[in-house]
Amino acid sequence: MRWPWQAPRAATTRRVLVAFAAGELDPVVLRAAIRIARAEEATLVSAYLIVVPLDHPLESPMVDEVGEALPILEAIEREGHRSGVPVDARMERGRSLRDALTRLWTEERFDRIVLPASTGGHPGFGERDLAWALMHAPTEMLVLRPAPEAVP
Amino acid sequence: MQEPLSQTERGPADDSGRGHHRVLLGAAAGVGKTYRMLLEGKQAASLGVDVVIGYLEPHDRPDTIALAAGLEQVAPRPAEEAGARPEMDVDGVIRRAPELALVDELAHTNASGSRNRKRYEDIGEVLTAGIDVISTVNIQHLESLNDLVFELTGVRVRETFPDRILDEADEVVLVDLTPEELRDRIGAGKVYPPERVEAALANFFRTENLQSLRQLALREVAEDVEERRAPHRPARDTNPLIRQALRERILVLVEASPRSQRLLRRAWRSGQRLGADIDALWVHPPGQSLDEDGRVAVAALRRLAVLLGVHFLEEEDRNSVQAIARAVADRRSTYVFLSRPEDGRLDRLLGRSRLDALLDALPGVDVRICADAVDRPGERR
Repeated sequence: MRWPWQAPRAATTRRVLVAFAAGELDPVVLRAAIRIARAEEATLVSAYLIVVPLDHPLESPMVDEVGEALPILEAIEREGHRSGVPVDARMERGRSLRDALTRLWTEERFDRIVLPASTGGHPGFGERDLAWALMHAPTEMLVLRPAPEAVP
Repeated sequence: MQEPLSQTERGPADDSGRGHHRVLLGAAAGVGKTYRMLLEGKQAASLGVDVVIGYLEPHDRPDTIALAAGLEQVAPRPAEEAGARPEMDVDGVIRRAPELALVDELAHTNASGSRNRKRYEDIGEVLTAGIDVISTVNIQHLESLNDLVFELTGVRVRETFPDRILDEADEVVLVDLTPEELRDRIGAGKVYPPERVEAALANFFRTENLQSLRQLALREVAEDVEERRAPHRPARDTNPLIRQALRERILVLVEASPRSQRLLRRAWRSGQRLGADIDALWVHPPGQSLDEDGRVAVAALRRLAVLLGVHFLEEEDRNSVQAIARAVADRRSTYVFLSRPEDGRLDRLLGRSRLDALLDALPGVDVRICADAVDRPGERR
């Protein structure tokens, strides 16, 4: 816990965002994102995106989804730490994956955004979402498309 | 004001002769409580039990009105106040002295001029007169859940009834319907007239509201079953003060740092297991300006708190311990979660840790210092 008389924190660090669609964690993508963050000496912001159905208020607590997200976020944090990469995990919600992403990059600064493509049995973002993200991402974006032979 | 009946008029009313109270509990209007009450009344009547309808809220539902036909109804008592709806005639029911009375909506508030302010008090008199009662109520009216229902649904329920009514009931039976089925029933006009259907479905009867209310109703009945399953145990939850005392409430001390995300998530998981409500408290000195990382961290914590259904509290105070103690008292927290505190040079010079100061300020409160799992030895490659 930070006590009031402690000095303010140090200058900002580079931040690499890697976003996951709800329920999915692809270890191949995670390892690649960790490699990128380590190479850039950046903090890896792993974001678990939760889509809130239209018949729920956007502000409603999402207990089931959070229950699914927690072990995934902890696994990412553990993996990042084992590799010497600081991880700052997030859960972000929206009416769609695009909405959740927009909320996230509106609220926070990222130096690079990594989105996994859904191909060859790997979970991730579909082509329309990726095309949209390429058009709208506020910073450099990287689409990760694991090799077909990579085992998810 | 209505005068109570004399003891002779009421008939034999002592503890051993008290009627049997069966409460049909539902998650929301329209799940079929009244219908089930009438059905049970009819079944009892077909077995030769003397049944009357003490009070019925037909809500102009044709199925309900049709089912009530054939059951004797004690005429409601006209309200003394002009324009008010008639109320259950308690004395009429007691005078009629059936074996079983069916009474709808036990949380109802009687019109002014009635002897009892609430219908559950009327029911109490009927039970005392030795008459069995089947009554109905929705979970949102339960007093102890009032704040929670407001948080979950955004609707503040005005008509409440004390928890002891359910505790004292002989049976609490859940009348259950899935949110989808209930919305279908409403959509088909079986619950509200056509002009109210759209508003009902878009507001109170939204799926997530119904899911939350159903969860509350299921939990209440499950707890009731558990209490009855082990009658040898002291009935510790019958007293609302004791119930309040047993309820855990977690306070999570967060800071403008990523590790507070992990702390808050961890506290949430514990809260799920304990059935505890959770508050997150961020204390900072007045006028403190955060750097960008700090601002991002606090904003992210606030968003996480919303997702988790956690109340986020912010206190400006130079004395963190004092602010924490104040929050613990205000929120009636029973359990404080914090990350491992880091002592500064001044604390080391004074030979006293911040944790000591915090523990001294929080007598009777459990304090849990959460290690960061990523700090465990051997984690790093």
